[in-house]
Amino acid sequence: MESSLAGAAPQTSNMLGRTANDLFWLSRYLERAENIARLLEVGYRIALLPREDASSNTEWRSTLQSAACEVGYGAKYEQVQTRDVVDYLLFDRDNPSSIRSCIATARHSARAQRIALTREMWECLNSAWMDFEAIDPDSLDSDALPGLLDWVKERSAAYRGALMNTILRNDTYHFSQLGTFLERADNTARILDVKYYVLLPRPEMIGSGVDNVQWGAILRSVSAHRSYRWVYRDSYRPWKIADYLILSRQMPRSLMSCYGEIRTALADLCELYGTEEPCLGASRTTLAMLESSDMTSIFQAGLHEFIQDFIARNNRLGAEISTSFHFNS
Amino acid sequence: MGAAFDEMNGTGGGVRPPYSRLAEWLATRRLEDLQDKRREAEILFRRTGITFAVHGAGDTAERLIPFDIVPRIISAGEWRRLAAGIEQRVRALNAFMFDIYHRQEILRAGRVPEDLIIQNSAFVPDMIGVDPPLGIYSHILGIDIVRTAENEFFVLEDNTRTPSGVSYMLENRETMMHMFPDLFASNRVAPVETYPEHLLTTLESVAPRGLKRDPVIAVLTPGLYNSAYFEHSFLADQMGVELVEGRDLVVLDGALKMKTAQGLLQVDVVYRRIDDDFLDPLVFDPTSMLGVPGLFDVYRAGNVTIVNAPGAGIADDKAIYRYIPQIIEFYTGGSPILKNVPTYDCRRPDDLAYVLEHLPELVVKEVHGSGGYGMLVGLSSTKEEIACFREKLTAHPDNYIAQPTLALSTCPTLVESGLAPRHVDLRPFVLVGDRVRLVPGGLTRVALENGSLVVNSSQGGGTKDTWVLQD
Repeated sequence: MESSLAGAAPQTSNMLGRTANDLFWLSRYLERAENIARLLEVGYRIALLPREDASSNTEWRSTLQSAACEVGYGAKYEQVQTRDVVDYLLFDRDNPSSIRSCIATARHSARAQRIALTREMWECLNSAWMDFEAIDPDSLDSDALPGLLDWVKERSAAYRGALMNTILRNDTYHFSQLGTFLERADNTARILDVKYYVLLPRPEMIGSGVDNVQWGAILRSVSAHRSYRWVYRDSYRPWKIADYLILSRQMPRSLMSCYGEIRTALADLCELYGTEEPCLGASRTTLAMLESSDMTSIFQAGLHEFIQDFIARNNRLGAEISTSFHFNS
Repeated sequence: MGAAFDEMNGTGGGVRPPYSRLAEWLATRRLEDLQDKRREAEILFRRTGITFAVHGAGDTAERLIPFDIVPRIISAGEWRRLAAGIEQRVRALNAFMFDIYHRQEILRAGRVPEDLIIQNSAFVPDMIGVDPPLGIYSHILGIDIVRTAENEFFVLEDNTRTPSGVSYMLENRETMMHMFPDLFASNRVAPVETYPEHLLTTLESVAPRGLKRDPVIAVLTPGLYNSAYFEHSFLADQMGVELVEGRDLVVLDGALKMKTAQGLLQVDVVYRRIDDDFLDPLVFDPTSMLGVPGLFDVYRAGNVTIVNAPGAGIADDKAIYRYIPQIIEFYTGGSPILKNVPTYDCRRPDDLAYVLEHLPELVVKEVHGSGGYGMLVGLSSTKEEIACFREKLTAHPDNYIAQPTLALSTCPTLVESGLAPRHVDLRPFVLVGDRVRLVPGGLTRVALENGSLVVNSSQGGGTKDTWVLQD
């Protein structure tokens, strides 16, 4: 295997379809863990507000909906109450989207794909898993909850940091990016799907403080309650909040930002593999649709319909990526 | 069994030269500091995920192999002798396998009993007449060596199938360099980190003949739940090749292909870490889910190289072991540089009679066992255990060999009460391709129980970093 300068072209990738699948889902599950932590934080905050029980139940119900955990929870518990929701979303091994399950599944995928991860990524994830497994849910008092949720976000950030700083910019990186941003887009869209009604223009609400808590909650659940003010230099306005979560190019969890990243990852991947896969076209179409939209047209056509259409597109794209790159061949 | 030879303190004449700097260093440490370092090492290992599943400990059990922070040291001169003996041995073992899968001259010459080969379950008749590239059957070997005195080394076992442990050799060194940089500054320790590069070069050198491009190489693992999974992924990672399972591979158009994100891609060299029986359900165990149907045909046609070759286990069969000195003489014309342990073959009536007479002073091993399972160490066994083995031996003498109990050398080892001598062995890892490659060192296994001679990790043994000093 003599190597000459002429033959020094980088080796093409031999990555297994199964590896691509695991990397994609590893990133999705970690992103999901972080999103669930944020949803729980918001739900918990609202549950602490002085209100009658019924409305805090409603809030937890929408948390469960945003986390896509409502059906699973309903099968296990009759009533929606703080303690059970927290346990279900944080610790329940039967819930595949609980933070514990997300971390365990991500760590399992990472262990299966050790060779695709850098040591920094693996050690970050493995120690997060070890630390989380060591927590006894029964001994966790409610004071400790915010700290624990912060820790989850911090671990997710540390993993992303290790990834950004250490991974080769090859297919490992691209599949990881795809998982992260497909999941993030889904999450932001779900929050909007559950809460779209508080963002609809209602003349009687203008000027009243009633929905401010809800608006703040939406922003908090995507960690955007502070950055909003920097971007809009205005108090919370529902259409601006919707704009921020859907069309803003500055906001890292907006649908627009997510699709920018997805399109880039798919374009890089197709270039690396020397192909033009249908999923790349699909990502471009969705991005173009977002770029040609403004909030007036979205509200006119119906915010809820827009969001539901987006969620369906995003799911379809996930399936197309899986087919294009032989995830389950 | 007399008193054991201690590799640091020798036989009363003061600290042996290779250990002089380590001994000085140890003398300046407090026990609490060493214990702290031991705990620190354990945290490092857990974080890295260097774990080992112990059979019978449940599916998800991930245990650490205990690591002892006191290194084991071999002088340059000692290593030169070991290396020469190992190279001689692995060349002879490969020549032996080429012969028994071709003309079987050693059988015709009557130097090894024919039935011992032909009726051996490790012998793979399908391999007769197959010509692996460069005539090599066992490319990756682990030779287990024990020491009993200043100049007495014995080969206890040859591992010619899928020897494991090399990742521990590499990670032990990484951990030691991380924790004790000053020790490495004051001792000239030969590096072992070139092993993965040598492994890759070895695998490339045995690619199918006439291949016009760089070979595509993959490591084949039984999967996540295998006890050595960490090692499989570690080696694939260090070499920069894919880690595959049977389900990632398929035979198509006379070639072995792997299912990549871009579709099917031909594989040229498979470093398999699954046993012969599971390689190809069409030829071997039909119930195997771990292998690839049709793989053996592709191999026989010369379109893929399987490393180590199917049937390579014949050379480390415990019943063949006692013939290795003759095998070395037969193929190399020289006498063995490294000695064998005298071995009683219980299928021979004289040997069996002797073994039954002397059980309390012998080590009895199952011919097909490995990992320290199904083994009797007479010295440390109860009367009941010995009686039980006596029955087994009488019923199935063919299944057993016996060896005298060797006084394995000891090395200082950190235990609860401080530093204490514990018995050790050594497994250097050898690579055979276009040439023989051997990194200076190996895996030192240590029996952590006071007086125990069983170093296997499956039986609670630990490991040490192994230093070969440079001149």
